[in-house]
Amino acid sequence: MNRQISRVALVGLGLLAALIVATTYWQTWAAAGLTGREDNEIEQRVVQIETKRGLIYASNGRTLLAANKATRVAGQTAYTRTYPNGGLASQTVGYSTPGRSRAGVEAAENSYLTASNADLGTIFSTIGDRLKGTTVTGNNIVLTIDAHAQRLAQHLLAGTCGAAVALDPTTGAVDVIASSPGFNPNGMESSAGYARIAATRSPCPPAPASPLFNRATEGLYPPGSTFKTITAAAALDDKVYAPGSTFFDPGYCTEYGQKITNALDQDGPEAYGLVNLVEAYQHSINAVFCNIGQKLGSERILKEARRFGFYSVPPLETPPQERVASGTYKNGNLFDPHTPSQYGQVDPGRLAFGQATMLVTPLQMALVAAAVADKGVEMTPMLIRKIISPGGSVIASPRPHLWRRATTPATAAELRNMMIAVVQAGTGTEAQIPGVSVAGKTGTAETATGSDVYDAWFIFFAPAEDPVVAGAVVIPDQRDGFGGAIAAPIARELMEAILPSTSNTTSQSNGN
Amino acid sequence: MSARNRELSYLVAVSILTGIGFASVYIARQAVVSWGSLTYAALFVGLYLAAHLVARAIVPNADPYLLPMAGLMTAVGLTEIYRLDPTDAFRQGLWIVIGVSGFAATMIALRYDYRVLESYKYLFGVGAIALLFLPLLPGIGLTVNGSREWVSLGGFTFQPGELAKIFLIVFLAAYLREKREVLAQGRLKDMGPLLAIWAGAMLVLATTNDIGSAFLFFGIFIAMLYIATGRALYVGVGFALFLAGGYVAEREIAHIGERVTIWLHPFTDRAVFCPETATMLVRQQCQSYQLVNSLYSIANGGFGGTGLGRGTFTNTGGTQLIPELNSDFIYSALAQELGLIGVSALILVFMVFVARGMKVALQVDDGFSKLLAAGLTFGFALQTFVIVGGILRLIPLTGITFPFISYGGSSIVANFLLLAGLLLVSHRANSTA
Repeated sequence: MNRQISRVALVGLGLLAALIVATTYWQTWAAAGLTGREDNEIEQRVVQIETKRGLIYASNGRTLLAANKATRVAGQTAYTRTYPNGGLASQTVGYSTPGRSRAGVEAAENSYLTASNADLGTIFSTIGDRLKGTTVTGNNIVLTIDAHAQRLAQHLLAGTCGAAVALDPTTGAVDVIASSPGFNPNGMESSAGYARIAATRSPCPPAPASPLFNRATEGLYPPGSTFKTITAAAALDDKVYAPGSTFFDPGYCTEYGQKITNALDQDGPEAYGLVNLVEAYQHSINAVFCNIGQKLGSERILKEARRFGFYSVPPLETPPQERVASGTYKNGNLFDPHTPSQYGQVDPGRLAFGQATMLVTPLQMALVAAAVADKGVEMTPMLIRKIISPGGSVIASPRPHLWRRATTPATAAELRNMMIAVVQAGTGTEAQIPGVSVAGKTGTAETATGSDVYDAWFIFFAPAEDPVVAGAVVIPDQRDGFGGAIAAPIARELMEAILPSTSNTTSQSNGN
Repeated sequence: MSARNRELSYLVAVSILTGIGFASVYIARQAVVSWGSLTYAALFVGLYLAAHLVARAIVPNADPYLLPMAGLMTAVGLTEIYRLDPTDAFRQGLWIVIGVSGFAATMIALRYDYRVLESYKYLFGVGAIALLFLPLLPGIGLTVNGSREWVSLGGFTFQPGELAKIFLIVFLAAYLREKREVLAQGRLKDMGPLLAIWAGAMLVLATTNDIGSAFLFFGIFIAMLYIATGRALYVGVGFALFLAGGYVAEREIAHIGERVTIWLHPFTDRAVFCPETATMLVRQQCQSYQLVNSLYSIANGGFGGTGLGRGTFTNTGGTQLIPELNSDFIYSALAQELGLIGVSALILVFMVFVARGMKVALQVDDGFSKLLAAGLTFGFALQTFVIVGGILRLIPLTGITFPFISYGGSSIVANFLLLAGLLLVSHRANSTA
């Protein structure tokens, strides 16, 4: 019987050895896959217990946009996120829930916030924390967002489906990035709170409220007359026209045999008659730009737009899926023409004044204003001022860097004068600030859906001679009102909030 | 050094380990447990010292490794149960007292010659069948997680299957010793008992809905039949029959079919029908929730484990994720806290226990003792494989206990009887040699 017993013994030992093999499989080979699964609640809990996320501050380094609250469960301390300033910059700061759905800076900078970034100092301190069994503390992030101006922007946008972006044209540092309606990220964790967020009433029916949607970077709006800046830049860059070139405005433009009238103008005459390029821009005369567009052709205009960043997703420290490219759209997808026949599908006359199939994000239009403000140069927009270790040392402070050269300094200077003229005595007088020279361009865009419903735009920068702020404001779905009347006053308030101090600037310009 | 003195020195080592185990749980979970934890270690050491003294008096020549290894396994289980739920650990402690008493009683009762059991073989056979069918009696039977394998008597629940397993092994050892020459001829008419036991196993499967127990009993029978007759044909036919029966059961019995589905496809990407809530859910949120969370627990342990008392068994809201964590799923708790190193070492202890048990079977010179020792040892190995293999998704998961480790009285008592049997046989083997 002993031979059989030996064999049965081997079978028994083999079965037990198989258990060691299987355990090895689950704890090494398969472990990473299991840990990464969305529904792994153990991992969610472990992350909560083991890591205290870094704090997120506004640019002053004091206003807390994201912090932690500690709870003790079963003898262990767990950390959950709390947002002390509620909905301030909520779509951009984002949220981080135990279910590991994250958005905004919380998602894009997760590795810094959880101290899992591959920075040598962070690696050592994290290993140290793990060995000691203490909680790993993430790195803190100071954003470039100006808490005061941001709060003001959100207040001014309340009750609309609009957005506003303001940034420093010389550095790309974003001061304001607001999208309405907003949400309170403290509600994201509980299902009741989430239900409340999802039930936000839409200020722009029939479109949904979509409070989580960052309209500043993913909202697409027809640019209307603000796009004339690109058309003018194309004309000036290619020396097709000069600022003094004269045009005759009959009050309409014939496009494919159809009359397009200047009906959108505010209080100007039905036909301006003889005007130059500056005046056509200043009074936003569609008929003139329609003719310029026909002369230039859509290929030239769109190539100019491409130089300003259209057809590319603008860089920013938020997840890529939360930003979209501006450009011509077809059936909801970006239509990026390259061949003559593709360019031929875009109507140049209507494109010239920002209609046709052109759709833009407020961030892109803010970058257009910034390029004009900064000698034709577009700096990479950035949200992060610095990243600080829990010990207080600065790990990273991103330097400003160039994104693209949109146009020549000469063209930029000519465009600046045209934008100054708009605010001084054109469609944008509502943006005037006493003592500060403001440059801007209005836009009143026909929307694809509604008749007699317009998107009101204003793009701006100030002070015109030495700009510190540039930006864009859009208020969509306005029944009666123009960009100059609706968006320009909001832009003015934002500029006033961001400019160092209006009186100071005045005395400086007096001194010169 | 005499066998018993060696046993004592190994027990001292186990006691130190036990003390360290409880101390680390105390250090890690001061907010939850108290200094009193160390009294468990003391009680534990006392119990095993008593068992050692019984062994010293009755089986002085028995294998010195078996008792300390059983002690180590029980200690690991008790420490983990204490870490998960101190009240359960108190009850488990009481069960160990009862188990050690049963161990001592068996030793004393069979101190002259355990082979008297041979003459009562049919009593054991009938007893095993009676115990197996006890849960089916209305009024005292209890269905837990879809399997009817529990008996509840006066607020006191136990799994008679555990004891039935020991009885069955005793019966088979005696029966096969007597019939082995006849069965070894392998004639068709001798297939009768094989078919009878197969039918019995299938009946157990169909009535208790417990594929694990059925597989365990049938596996023990096939192994002992093979040892007795040396005919591989029985193994082949036996396996084929079991697989055929299992296949039919999988198709015909909803609960068993569900177990197989969970085993093969625990994760689904799309929502499937969930019978418990009657809604559409992904399977990992419904039927395979326990298995999947147990796998998450194992994966979280990684190579070195989180450390005793530092594992995570709750979700972010503090709700326990794996039900039956200290009984059916104790292996996934251990795997998380002790890591691959820890549980591999534990399985190695099981392997050494099996190797020592089989060595006893090899050394002893009479057929009954050989079959008894080999049957008990193989049953122990197979039971460990069925429960841990189920947790590790090697086979469909069934709710049988992890010997010496899981929380549960019937299992602890049955395994102490198994240990007593092995020590008795071992003493005889070493005394006659």
